[in-house]
Amino acid sequence: MSTTTNPLHRLSPEQIEQIGIEFQAIHDEVYADLGERDVVYIRGIIEFHRRLGALSRIVLMASRYPPAWLLGTTGLSVAKILENMEIGHNVLHGQWDWMNDPNIHSSTWDWDTASPAGAWKHSHNYVHHTYTNIVGKDKDVGYEIMRVDPKQPWHPAYLAQPFVNLLLMAFFEWGVAVHDLDFEKIRAGEKPKQQVRDELKAILTKARRQIVKDYIVFPALSGRHWKKTLYANVTANIVRNVWSNAIIFCGHFPDQAYTFTEEETEGETRGGFYVRQLLGAVNIEGSPTFHVMSGNLSYQVEHHLFPDLPSSRYGEIAPRVRAICERYGLPYNTGPFLKQWSSVQRTILRLAFPGGAPRPKPGPYRGDPVIAPRPEDARNGSAEGVLAAFP
Amino acid sequence: MVETAAAPQVAPWRRRLLNAARSLTSPLLPDDYIGLINPAWSTRELTGAIVRIGRETADTSTVVIEPNFPWPGHRPGQYLRLGVELNGIRHWRAYSITSDPDHPRGLVSVTVKAVDDGKVSRYFGRVAEPGSIVFLGQVEGTFGLPERSPERALFISAGSGITPIMSMLRELARRGDLRDVVHVHCARQADDFIFGPMLRELSARHDGYRLVEHLSADRGRLTATDLDALRPDWRETDTFLSGPGEMIDALQAHWGEHADPSRLRTERFQPIIGTGGAAVGAGGTVRFRVSDLQARCDEGISVLVGGEQAGAVLPFGCRMGICHTCVGRLCEGRLRDLRTGELNGEAGQLVRICVNAPEGHVEIDL
Repeated sequence: MSTTTNPLHRLSPEQIEQIGIEFQAIHDEVYADLGERDVVYIRGIIEFHRRLGALSRIVLMASRYPPAWLLGTTGLSVAKILENMEIGHNVLHGQWDWMNDPNIHSSTWDWDTASPAGAWKHSHNYVHHTYTNIVGKDKDVGYEIMRVDPKQPWHPAYLAQPFVNLLLMAFFEWGVAVHDLDFEKIRAGEKPKQQVRDELKAILTKARRQIVKDYIVFPALSGRHWKKTLYANVTANIVRNVWSNAIIFCGHFPDQAYTFTEEETEGETRGGFYVRQLLGAVNIEGSPTFHVMSGNLSYQVEHHLFPDLPSSRYGEIAPRVRAICERYGLPYNTGPFLKQWSSVQRTILRLAFPGGAPRPKPGPYRGDPVIAPRPEDARNGSAEGVLAAFP
Repeated sequence: MVETAAAPQVAPWRRRLLNAARSLTSPLLPDDYIGLINPAWSTRELTGAIVRIGRETADTSTVVIEPNFPWPGHRPGQYLRLGVELNGIRHWRAYSITSDPDHPRGLVSVTVKAVDDGKVSRYFGRVAEPGSIVFLGQVEGTFGLPERSPERALFISAGSGITPIMSMLRELARRGDLRDVVHVHCARQADDFIFGPMLRELSARHDGYRLVEHLSADRGRLTATDLDALRPDWRETDTFLSGPGEMIDALQAHWGEHADPSRLRTERFQPIIGTGGAAVGAGGTVRFRVSDLQARCDEGISVLVGGEQAGAVLPFGCRMGICHTCVGRLCEGRLRDLRTGELNGEAGQLVRICVNAPEGHVEIDL
């Protein structure tokens, strides 16, 4: 499918302008409404994470008993996932900066993962959220080590991609940690040596603290049975890595997402920016718990439209975003987790080899079903572009 | 950067213990877990609980606060940044401290005049109650008494400008130095005189303290020509002036023309800093590493103003060196503090760009 079918090109400049105004209005309305209720939510989640984390660490001191090991490891995994996804990612985005609380603020926050906060804010908040899905500019398209879009030129090194993919799942936090170094820029000599040295130092400092805590001090507190706690902590970190890798890969790499060339986005307006974010991101359907555990990145579309709005508001915003999609004949990318994840894995396997074509895309969003669909209807949900039961 | 409360003063053994425990809690602090048990035990920020709120005039209240850790102290005349949470959002305001630095119970008070559309001042006037929590920021300000009490003193205050003067008078009374003090206070009418009853009583008890109430409803604004009648020797007297900007401008000009301006000390609550008004230092160039911009700052121009002129979008709050909103990490070079003229800064230090100017070339992570 050629780029000319990208829905962006069906819109007139006036329509794009109008879409921009409509999205901006949603943003401004929600931003002006932020207050006590949101504060109660984020403080509640943070408190829950801290209590769960502390409790799990205590339980793991008895990790020589298998039930304690299982309970502690599960608790620690959940705590780490919450901390990285719903708390860390979103606080570092500045979603809670409006509270003016110096202890829940993007300028002071650091998260429980190998990546230093400063580096991540650059590579993610700035590079990825500004140049989303522009092949060649968005370093998150394949993270410079994988080919996830046919627009990326093939290279024999990509033959190892299925294996690299498994490694990245298990050790995702370490991949993220070195991602901001931007090896391409270093190779091209575009980054001052002093800056590279400073960034490396920051990564090593953060890595040392993480390793000391998870793999030395806490195992040591379990005494003779330190190995069991060590395994528990390794497991919790890997569980968190695999989970965050899956959620994040489902954000932009499923079949529905569009990618863009640099030429397509030249002279892009605010409205064009919103449309690109809408087309380049993909949601995951799921329960409220699933949304929280994914840091509300299951509302990737809403997150990319409004990265500075609190994640807890995305679910409320979603119907208004869908309404805009419906009116302008734009797709609203979404699908169940396993389907999205499998399509990502399929793409990774296929694009390890030369060639590959863009996957078929869903049509325009046709509106929310008027009545609750039966389960068999849900399977043919609007994500497929199939007409809902009662349009 | 976001404005934060002062760091509590904690015993060295406790600080060492907390630091050691960081290897368990990193990237969080042990205080983040201690605060789960009781927020007042966390040493992250100095907070205080309101003990009582007393009404001074129809629109002015004194808020008495008990800090969660020992009060670090202040000099009479200084002000305190106070943070309160309203609808989940923390707001900061500066208020002159009206309490004695040596309060026996370690309490501290500020006196707040309700401003018509002032969120925070109205909160203190109407909503706050004993037990409400406030955040205690930095104590700052250079307005105050000299080490040695002056032989003769003239205090001129207007409206809520009385607040820093109040703690200075309290200090002089405690030192036993209310010897030859004339205090003229301007209020619209007698009922608006904040601390009026207290000061009238002080004047009745001390021969050395003469209080003149200048009621502008009857007599119009105080002007420089009133000085001779108030204190014929005003040219040879240390004068402390606190009030609205126009009043300070007028009297400062008068001192400049007819007396030694260094004998006049003022508190204008909104100093103007960093816009080149005062030529301090040699200036220089700044590279903002994150914005990827280069700016030039001529003498007396702060990093913030220079950066904005070069098109950088930089965080700022008070623009007078108090709130720490504009803080950035200094990577390279030296800075001159525009308030004191001092040269400082080393790589890695967090600096306030609104009150610092580059001296030569500097690089900042902003």
